[in-house]
Amino acid sequence: MLIKQPPDIRSSEITPKSVYLRRREFIQASAAALVAAGLGTLADEAAAQGGGLAKLPNVKKSPLSTTETPSLYQHITSYNNFYEFAPGAGDGPKANSKNFKPRPWKLQIDGLVNKPGNYDIDEFMKPYALEERIYRFRCVEAWSFVIPWVGIPMAEVIKRVEPTSKAAFVEFTTLHDTARFPMQRTDLLEWPYIEGLRLDEAQHPLTLLAVGLYGEVLPAQNGAPIRLVVPWKYGFKGAKSLARIRFVDKQPLNTWQKMARNEYGFYANVNPQVDHPRWSQAREKRLPSFIANHRTEMFNGYADQVQSLYAGMDLRKNF
Amino acid sequence: MKPITVVRVVLFAAALTPAAALVYGFYRLYYGADFNALTANPGDYITDQTGTWALGCLAASLSVTPLRRLMGWNEIIKARRMLGLFAFFYATLHMLTWVVFIHYFDVSFMIEDVLKRPFITVGMSTFLMLLVLAITSNKFSIRKLGRKWGKLHRLAYVAAAGGTLHFWQLVKADTTEPWRWAAGFALLFAIRVWWAYRPKLSLAAAGQRANVKGRGTQSQPDRLKPT
Repeated sequence: MLIKQPPDIRSSEITPKSVYLRRREFIQASAAALVAAGLGTLADEAAAQGGGLAKLPNVKKSPLSTTETPSLYQHITSYNNFYEFAPGAGDGPKANSKNFKPRPWKLQIDGLVNKPGNYDIDEFMKPYALEERIYRFRCVEAWSFVIPWVGIPMAEVIKRVEPTSKAAFVEFTTLHDTARFPMQRTDLLEWPYIEGLRLDEAQHPLTLLAVGLYGEVLPAQNGAPIRLVVPWKYGFKGAKSLARIRFVDKQPLNTWQKMARNEYGFYANVNPQVDHPRWSQAREKRLPSFIANHRTEMFNGYADQVQSLYAGMDLRKNF
Repeated sequence: MKPITVVRVVLFAAALTPAAALVYGFYRLYYGADFNALTANPGDYITDQTGTWALGCLAASLSVTPLRRLMGWNEIIKARRMLGLFAFFYATLHMLTWVVFIHYFDVSFMIEDVLKRPFITVGMSTFLMLLVLAITSNKFSIRKLGRKWGKLHRLAYVAAAGGTLHFWQLVKADTTEPWRWAAGFALLFAIRVWWAYRPKLSLAAAGQRANVKGRGTQSQPDRLKPT
């Protein structure tokens, strides 16, 4: 006679999915904490922050800064991408930019504006008050830092140059000078490096023209003497060592889109739901870390401030 | 010491150096407070290093047979297995960095990654090929598989192609390095193909030459077939 056996495990004993998911997160978090503890103690030991470069005067703090602890100066300046100096992240850009001279430097602002100009960089900076903006920085390659930039709000520059009614986009171009940027002698990328923003993105209060880091002038490898910082977008949107800011009516074709349009788009907003074709964007490594110790947030945690810019847009298509 | 022993000891030390450098990097990071010992992104750095050395050791192991022919020094074949196993060793570390640093042992994420991302699919397939080669690299397998062993171990060339493709797929802009690996492996492969299909006449001549040098025997032309 066949007797129906009760199931070995009663359904009440099965761990609900939400609990085991939490358990997995707990294990991951503990491991991350363990790794961070090692690296964190090191961080405490590194007291002095800065690289001994010229201090920037009269920098005021900004309410737009995050309260998160900034990453170490030596990490920010020794682990980043700057293809004009070296391919790939790592200390290549730092090593290859030792002899870089950020002066004399001209910045041209032109295109669809009433007041174009070709400025000496120091003349250009004079009318503006410098602000410290501590922003999260999320690279498209799934690592991140917290960076205390010093800079000029882009909105104020835009106000001053008076874009015409036809201006709809802003194009940012890195200096093309093979004497200063050795990799520009190769065909690693199409030079010069070009990035672009919609005019309303460029006017957003968070958008910054950075001239400093940790209260000092920018080191060469981070984009001296002036670079773009758009904290809700992937790092490659922040064109470095700018020579030209041009106001245009058509969407600029940015360099990485030109290089691989299936992988890099125009918008490049930080978005944990839209993966890079080759890796997930759901999590990130807040460096220094061996593992992805951070959940990536929509618009890099700046959703409250910027999501209205993209109302009604399909962010999967406009990646 | 016999010359082959010297060569093997030197190659062993050379192949172990990158791994030793990584261990020393950990030491400098944690005990020497040297922040840049393994860069700010140590996970990615170790992944890159171990991947590169897996390719390097694979290239070295595939160079042994051509070298043996060019030099006419048969004993050098005794260094081949060790180099192949080093390739497997670095490929294993490379794969483990993906398991630990990227997925933290989460099997469902790993399966998704293998199925969804071609460069992971290719990388994992290459690793499995190297695994098969490593498992069958012992004397027992060589005896057991007989003629089939040689055929099976041509998989090393497929693995080299797989590794190079995997590198190519992950590069964003700078394809210089994948190109170099591709050119190197293509050269090694071309040498093998040439030896396999060259006219019989020159095969006999090669045997003659080897004899004249006093390193070969009458049976050598046979042994010069691809192994």
